[in-house]
Amino acid sequence: MTETTTVTFTLNGEERSLTLEPRQNLADTIRDTCGLTGTHVGCEHGVCGACTVLMDGKAVRSCLTFAVQAQGAEIETVESLADGDTLHPLQQAFWELHGLQCGFCTPGFLMLAAGALRENPDMSDDEMRDLLSSNLCRCTGYQNIVKAARQAAEVMRGERAEA
Amino acid sequence: MTDAPADLANANAIGRSLRRIEDRPLLTGQAAFAADLRVEGQVHMRVVRSPVAFGRITEIDVDEALELPGVIAVWTHADVAALPQIDFRMTRIEGLGPYRQWVLARDFVRYVGEPMAVVFAETGFAAEDAADLIFAEIDELDAHLSATADPVEVYPGVETGLLSEPAVIRKGAGDVDAAFAAADRVVELEVAVGRHTGVPLETRGALAQHDPDSDVVTMMGAAKVPHYNRGAIATMLGLPTDKVQLSEQHVGGGFGIRGELYPEDVLVCHAARVLGRPIRWIEDRKEHLLAANHSRDQAYRLRAAVDPEGVILGLDAAFYTDQGAYVRTHGGTVTDLAAAMLPGPYRIPAYRVAGHIRLTNKTPAGTYRAPGRFESTFARERLMDEIADQCGLSRSEVRRRNLIPEAAMPFDRQIDTLGTHLVYDSGKYADLLERFRTMLDLDRTEDALAERRDAGEMAGCGLGFFVEKSGLGPDDLVRLHLSGDGTIRIVTGVASVGQGVETTLAQVCAGTLGIGIDGIEVIHGQTSLIEKGMGAFATRVTVMAGSAVKIAAEALIAKATEAAAKALGADPADLTFDAGRVSGPSGALTLAEAAQAAGGEIVAEGLFETTHMTYPYGIHFAQVSVDPETCGVTIERYAVAYDIGRMVNPMLVEGQLVGAVAQGVGGALLEEFVYDEAGQPLATSLADYLMPTAMEMPEVELLIREDAPSPINPLGVKGAGEGGINGAGAALAGAVSQALGRRVDRLPMTPERIYRWIRG
Repeated sequence: MTETTTVTFTLNGEERSLTLEPRQNLADTIRDTCGLTGTHVGCEHGVCGACTVLMDGKAVRSCLTFAVQAQGAEIETVESLADGDTLHPLQQAFWELHGLQCGFCTPGFLMLAAGALRENPDMSDDEMRDLLSSNLCRCTGYQNIVKAARQAAEVMRGERAEA
Repeated sequence: MTDAPADLANANAIGRSLRRIEDRPLLTGQAAFAADLRVEGQVHMRVVRSPVAFGRITEIDVDEALELPGVIAVWTHADVAALPQIDFRMTRIEGLGPYRQWVLARDFVRYVGEPMAVVFAETGFAAEDAADLIFAEIDELDAHLSATADPVEVYPGVETGLLSEPAVIRKGAGDVDAAFAAADRVVELEVAVGRHTGVPLETRGALAQHDPDSDVVTMMGAAKVPHYNRGAIATMLGLPTDKVQLSEQHVGGGFGIRGELYPEDVLVCHAARVLGRPIRWIEDRKEHLLAANHSRDQAYRLRAAVDPEGVILGLDAAFYTDQGAYVRTHGGTVTDLAAAMLPGPYRIPAYRVAGHIRLTNKTPAGTYRAPGRFESTFARERLMDEIADQCGLSRSEVRRRNLIPEAAMPFDRQIDTLGTHLVYDSGKYADLLERFRTMLDLDRTEDALAERRDAGEMAGCGLGFFVEKSGLGPDDLVRLHLSGDGTIRIVTGVASVGQGVETTLAQVCAGTLGIGIDGIEVIHGQTSLIEKGMGAFATRVTVMAGSAVKIAAEALIAKATEAAAKALGADPADLTFDAGRVSGPSGALTLAEAAQAAGGEIVAEGLFETTHMTYPYGIHFAQVSVDPETCGVTIERYAVAYDIGRMVNPMLVEGQLVGAVAQGVGGALLEEFVYDEAGQPLATSLADYLMPTAMEMPEVELLIREDAPSPINPLGVKGAGEGGINGAGAALAGAVSQALGRRVDRLPMTPERIYRWIRG
């Protein structure tokens, strides 16, 4: 299994052209080949969602996505969320409302919510809970994650109205 | 600035819901967890695990694996025969020694997932490919899977007479026989709790490096008890303690199971020395579910002697802990705690218990959040419900009648646990029950549920009253470094598993000094930076390290005052300290200026020692409905009352309680390590081992009280870590039992079990 292939995609706005084994998944590629370790791997089989990134704006489990499937795509990870020192509204809300404890699942939740809210900031509470049930957190009991996502949605709606 | 003049907002950092100082790197993806570490020249380690539950190894063929390009070495037991078995960290009991696990299986494999061999290779892919080429010839034996069945031989034909009951822990006080002789009725109950465990979102991992010049091996990826593990690894490798250093990075959840000394920790350190290369090991999720400590899996037989008023005169109990294949670092901890804490908040003047530690061919077990209490609270509270039903009392009334009164505090149970005498330090149990009843409007709630049941619905509620323990000694040391720029560095030997250690300790420091928490940094889990530390377990950090920080901060005030006195030419007795300033008739110095006057830095130490634990307490309430079609349980309402003595950060306390409730819900309704009759585990992925998601978790209502501060530490605090899970199984079982109108004697209450209960 040492045959290699080339894949090119955009990672947080930067074009990457990589030579790798076709069996390499996107999570390992982002983490090991590109060195961005904010994307975490919690189960390697698509259940926990810690590895969630955005591929062309949609949340994907990067552990279940081969790197070659990202050919030509735009990939966004947690490292792209903050604007310099200014936290993204989701990051800010998670911080203020104690939406994280160990923080291992946090990047996955942030990317999951970031993608969904970008598409539909008017999500109802039920839709929000349904969305957030895609990922696992073992520390918080979800209450503060749901609250934080709601608060961020409000902020993002406000930002959109101003824009 | 930490040395800014006093303002009210800064004057009382203790008791405020401050945002956590540890969050920013976690939110931005900059925090380094074990798997995020990489060093030049690192070698990847892959463990080859037993595919069978029990058998004798006749041969392990590693030749093909060794030929694979990129493979550096393959080891089996013969290659590490000099390494001793992994020893006990806690609750060492005479006779447990032969039941300890080897780093790599010797002669026998005793559970699916047991390390048999280990591969070292240049890439992760090569290591995994090589591991797939290793074949073990194993003469399979019948797996022993029941902890309540008669004990069997652990190593048949080799160590005859070594049976699968390593120890029986017996405790008691009072005259149990007299209690039963005087009883109006005897209430009997058999209950069992399933096998489940912590399952942190981050699997285990380590990176070990050996420095040939200093001969020091450093393992990053440590957690929970770095100082103990450092000593234990050094002992196993035959090295002086100072030749092993452990370093904690960000830790993705602990819950009791992460950070105990496992075979893989020893292997990476040993291999780093032997192979002369950095060794990286990252566990995958399947391995984690097979190899990291399991927990729970206890079966209870209870007999209570009860008087005509429903008051328990005596309790006679036996229980069986399914320890799995080996006795690991915890020794008898889980069984010991269950035996000691089973009587909980009730007087129970006569008590006798036998806690049997039994081995089976399952993954070895250890502690998981509220070890021995989630189980014993479930058993005891099921018994209370049974007594209520038999005596015609309401569930809250039977509890009220048995509670230890406030006047009896401190309450000496006349038994020991974890080497300490069990004395409940403070508590207003009846008062908390009354407040909780009011908050829940309990009588009306129960009436409304009865009406729903009369109308054919399956709905009910339950209570779980519990006593927790926290703040296990014997001691903790912290060192404060105050710099000339006013910043403070707190160095402690406790560990962080994500619970907010940094913020909590910074708040205690800030609160004691009357300053803000900005500019206070907390360093933890680094054996090279402080000589001792007990670590993060047993809900001990806020009590032990928090108290040590307070003592150190007070010592810092004394030293700053001394330095200021010299600088001001004043008598220290004429100076006062307030809000980060030393003031006197001739002037004032900020802490920063005092440090400058003292030569640029002031260092102060605090050592807090205790021989007793402190005992928070609380009550869980659950209201559920059961769907007759799916047999699924919906939690309609969930509430926790908890007296924590004193809160350092209410937001973090609430976070601990709610997060623990979620794990309790998992253990009560969803999570279970199921085995087939051959001992093959059936829950080896997160698709089979079901944990609660945002859909299963209700809002949790909290009634947090500070009515009974601890008299045995300088802050008055009790721990927050485990109260949120302790009573969850009990309350949910009470609720489902009422909903179904039948005895519920088993957790988890999965749809399959509920279906069988309903259909008889």
